[in-house]
Amino acid sequence: MSFDTERDVDPIDPLSTAELRQETMVINMGPQHPSTHGVLRLLLELDGETVVRCEPIVGYLHTGIEKNMEYRTWQQGVTFVTRADYLSPFFNELAYALAVERLLGIEAPPRAQVLRVLFCELNRIASHLVWLATSGMELGAVSVMLFGFREREVILDIFEMATGLRMNHAYIRIGGVVMDLPDGATDAIEDFLDMMPGRIREYESLLSSNPIWIQRNAGVGILSAEEAIALGVTGPTLRAAGVPLDVRRDEPYSGYETYEFDVITRDSADCYARYAIRLDEMRESMRIVEQCLDRLREPGPVMVDDPKVAWPSRLEVGPDGIGNSPAYVRHIMEESMEALIHHFKMVTEGVEVPAGEVYQPVESPRGELGLYVVSDGEHRPYRVRIRDPSFVNLQAVPAMVKGGLVADAIAVIASLDPVMGGVDR
Amino acid sequence: MIPAGELAERVRPRLPDLVVARGEVAAVVDRDHLLEVLGWLRSDPELAFDLLASVTATDWPDRTPRYWVVYELASTSFHHRLRLKVGLAAEDARLPSAVGLYPTADWHERETFDFYGVLFEGHPNLRRIMLPEGWEGHPLRKTEEMGGVNTRYRGAFIPPIDRRVSP
Repeated sequence: MSFDTERDVDPIDPLSTAELRQETMVINMGPQHPSTHGVLRLLLELDGETVVRCEPIVGYLHTGIEKNMEYRTWQQGVTFVTRADYLSPFFNELAYALAVERLLGIEAPPRAQVLRVLFCELNRIASHLVWLATSGMELGAVSVMLFGFREREVILDIFEMATGLRMNHAYIRIGGVVMDLPDGATDAIEDFLDMMPGRIREYESLLSSNPIWIQRNAGVGILSAEEAIALGVTGPTLRAAGVPLDVRRDEPYSGYETYEFDVITRDSADCYARYAIRLDEMRESMRIVEQCLDRLREPGPVMVDDPKVAWPSRLEVGPDGIGNSPAYVRHIMEESMEALIHHFKMVTEGVEVPAGEVYQPVESPRGELGLYVVSDGEHRPYRVRIRDPSFVNLQAVPAMVKGGLVADAIAVIASLDPVMGGVDR
Repeated sequence: MIPAGELAERVRPRLPDLVVARGEVAAVVDRDHLLEVLGWLRSDPELAFDLLASVTATDWPDRTPRYWVVYELASTSFHHRLRLKVGLAAEDARLPSAVGLYPTADWHERETFDFYGVLFEGHPNLRRIMLPEGWEGHPLRKTEEMGGVNTRYRGAFIPPIDRRVSP
C-alpha cells in the first residue's frame, strides 16, 4: 500500500476513514485456525467487516487414500476408507462394503445388517455431538463443547468395547461385520439410550432460546433449496431448506426401509435450522438404535458363509482385549494344511471381485456419501472414488458468506460441519 | 423411484449406448454431445436429474479410449440415478466443462484434472485442488510412479516402490 501525501484530506475531519473504505482487504483465515475444523483455508476479501468474496482452499490433508487402495487387497480397502472422514468411520466402511458386496452379488446376513445400522446410527449421534461441541465452542458456548465431547465419549466407549478401537474401526467388512457384540455391549447401549434424551434437553435449554445463540445463527448463512441442489449440497444443510432428501429413505440400504424414523426438515434454511435438525436427528437415530436392539435378540451369523469372501481368521475377546482365537490358530497351525493354505491365500491375495462398477450412496451425518468402485476382476480395486459430502458442501461456503460479516463466516462453516479428512482424503 | 430397467427405456432413444447392471443405468455419451445431454437430463420434467452427485475418471492405459470421465446424476424429486460416461483418447483428453449447468461440478472437475490431467474446457478456474501448485504429473494415472516423486529431503532420494532394493 502506498500513501499519497498529495491527496485531498477532508479539512474538517483529518481522521476520516472515507477514503480507506474504497479499498478491500484480502486476508487468509487458516489453514491453522481454531474455527476451521482442521486445516481449511479461507481466502477472504473484506470490505471492513463485510465479506466481499470468499474462496475456500483445500488439500492440506490430502493423503492419497484413493490411490493407496488401488495397491491393496479388497479387504485392506476397509482400513483405508474408514480413515477418510474420521468422524463417521462406520459410514465409510458401510458404503465400501455395500459397493463391493454388490459387485460380488452377495448380501450380508440379517444380523450383520442390523449391527451395521446400529453402529452407523450411534456414529451419527457421535458425529452430531462433535458438531455440537465444536460449533458451540466456535460461537463462544464453551460449556456445550465440554458437554458434547462428554457424551461422545460414552459412545466411543461402546465402539471400543465392540470393535477394539475408538475411531477407524474397520468393523464393517465385506460380507458382514468382523464380530458379534461382546457381553455387556447391549447394556451399555441401553444405558446410553436412557441417559441421552435428558442430555439433549440440556443442550436445548442452553441454546435453543439463548439470545446470543439465536443472534449468531438465525437468519445467518441462508442457502435456498435451489442453490443447495445446484451446488450439490446434501444432508442437514439441504434438509434445513425444506427438502426431505435422505438416502436412507429414498434409496434404502441395509434394511432401512424396515425401520421407523422421520426425515427431519426445517424451512428457514439458516444456521439455526441446521442446528435444530441435528438435535432432532440424534433423537431419530436413538429411535433406530432401539429398534436395532429389539432385532438383536435373534441370534445369527454376522458374516456370509462363503470361505471365498469371509475373512478366515477368528477373533475372540480375551481378558486382554481382542485377539486371535487360540482354537483357530491351533486349527491352521496343527490340524489342517488346507486351512493354512486357505488362510494364506485370503490374507495375501484376498477376495476376487468380478469386473464391473457401482456407485453406492449412503446417508452420512453430513449428507450423501457415495463410493464409486471399479473392479477389473483382480484382487485389488481398480478405482475407488469417495464422493465425500464435506468436499461438496464446502463449495457452498462462498455463496453463504458473501455479503455477511466475518463472524458469520465462522457460524456458516460450523453449520456445514465439514471434516477435512473427508474433504481431502 | 423408477426401476432401472424402466428408466433405461425412457432415456434409450437419446442414449442408445447404455447398460443396465446391478440396478444401475450407465450410458456412454460422446463429448461433443455431453452438455446437450446433461441439459436435457436436467430439464426434462420426467427425468429431472437436478443433482450432479459426482464427477470422476478412470484410467486404462492399455485400452482405447484411455480415460473414462464418469458423471453420477441423481434426481432429488424422483430418487433415480444415471451414470454418464465419456471416453477420451490419451493424446486428446479434453471435454467441455459442466460447471455452467451444474455449479457443483466445479471442484469435482478440478479434482479430476488434478488427478488425471483431463482438461475441462470452459471451466472458470481449472487449477489443482488437492496437490500443491507446481506439482508435476497427475498421480492417479496408472502410469504414475509410486513414490520417488517430490520426496527428496536434504539430499536423500526415496526411489519408487518397485525400484527399491532391500539391503
